[in-house]
Amino acid sequence: MRPFTYQRANSPAEAAAAVARTPGAKFIAGGTNLLDLMKLEVETPQHLVDVNHLGLDQVQPTPERGLRIGALVRNTDLAADARVRRDYGVLSRALLSGASGQLRNKATTAGNLLQRTRCPYFYDVTKPCNKRTPGSGCAAIEGVSRDLAVLGGSEACIATYPSDMAVAMRALDATIETVDGAGAVRTIPIAELHRLPGDMPEVDTTLRSGEMITAVTLPPPIVGRHVYRKVRDRASYAFALVSIAAVLGDGHRRVAFGGLAPKPWRVEAAEAHRTAQEIADVALAGARPTRQNAFKLTLARRTLAAVVEA
Amino acid sequence: MSDATWFLGVAAFSRRGVIVSAGAAAAATSAPGIVSAEPPAKAGEATVAVTLVVDGQPRRLDLDPRVTLLDALREHLHLTGTKKGCDHGQCGACTVLVGGRRINSCLTLAVMHDGDQVTTIEGLGSPERLHPLQAAFVKHDGFQCGYCTSGQICSAVGMLDEIRRGVPSHVTEDLAQVAYSDDEVRERMSGNICRCAAYPNIVAAIREVHEGAVA
Repeated sequence: MRPFTYQRANSPAEAAAAVARTPGAKFIAGGTNLLDLMKLEVETPQHLVDVNHLGLDQVQPTPERGLRIGALVRNTDLAADARVRRDYGVLSRALLSGASGQLRNKATTAGNLLQRTRCPYFYDVTKPCNKRTPGSGCAAIEGVSRDLAVLGGSEACIATYPSDMAVAMRALDATIETVDGAGAVRTIPIAELHRLPGDMPEVDTTLRSGEMITAVTLPPPIVGRHVYRKVRDRASYAFALVSIAAVLGDGHRRVAFGGLAPKPWRVEAAEAHRTAQEIADVALAGARPTRQNAFKLTLARRTLAAVVEA
Repeated sequence: MSDATWFLGVAAFSRRGVIVSAGAAAAATSAPGIVSAEPPAKAGEATVAVTLVVDGQPRRLDLDPRVTLLDALREHLHLTGTKKGCDHGQCGACTVLVGGRRINSCLTLAVMHDGDQVTTIEGLGSPERLHPLQAAFVKHDGFQCGYCTSGQICSAVGMLDEIRRGVPSHVTEDLAQVAYSDDEVRERMSGNICRCAAYPNIVAAIREVHEGAVA
């Protein structure tokens, strides 16, 4: 691990200001992804701002009958929250399908949103990777691509986005609240938080330098059957090959896919269709699989059929 | 590449990383620093004062901020019951309880835990007075080489508490109804890998402690 300096922040604005003004600075919350990457020297921050003690660990009702989830609420606590279990089952299920019990106890809501790809070439510092080292090339496109993106990739990068939680939040139309280094706050629809790689795969999100997530807000509960279906190589503690977050109601439905793309993949226009096949035809249109990961499209269609037509 | 080969590849890589970072941490001896709003002048030069309450005892340390909670326990406090396996949160050998909750001590920095209560395997029981889970692991032969065992036991302590508190899991059929079962234990213990594959006996040991606790 490269050397860095450390400070414990006392307020969200102070934390954002510290990261904005210090070269090479990063926030650290749960640390479960960042420290993993720092040990491999994929991430080499020069300064860490610890945001664990900012009081952002509450889940509170909103005046609109939704829920406001503090950025520091741990994955275990969010999944176990009685209101989330009762009214947002798809979110509870998505969280519980990710990582291990130990990691969920430490990982935070904001950190889960901002976790980085598990593309093996991103992790291997001896290989080219445009996301890790811009301009170095992509070893994945002609390499071992079985786990990688079939939608939304570019000539520069076909990394997938690994979060399960975010796929459920995308289906629920969550919004992200942030504060920046100057103390300005804004909200970002989750659909606009993660960006497609294009020719800048090193930039995962639309957050600005020093901008810190303070909360995630869920709109009022959506009535219907809440489902998170995850298909993976092991029955537990593995990333998704394909996952589907769905809310299936009377005359309305929400469907978002994980494991297929550089961001949670939801095509609202597909949701008006009736059958799983019709939904998949629209939602998965424009896919550009490699020879090794074309199976994900078949798997996504069959998983969708199992979810929608159950 | 399967998840299994990915896991092994990273674990093998990390073993080299461990040697490098341990050497660098040992070399970084300098004046103690303090946590302040202003960052210290130069990375790698200042240590940070931290007090960990380990197994009930306050332990004050001046640490390079790179030192993980795991390395603080093993290398600085010489509590070697907690094991370093993959050092990337994938194997669970380093599991300890912080504030009563199980976490991977390899994926958190010691300086992030100033004032926190840390429970290690040494704090759960002693050879003369075993924790019920330690006794049950011996009785049911819940290990062969024993390397993963302290992590398994600390994880099981935290896991049983999670079931008692009503935390659901991936295999919980009705999110409102959390109950103990062997399937629940297998799912909830998936963050602890046993290379000797003592899994059936680990499940049996945990079951006995659960039944003893509710009897």
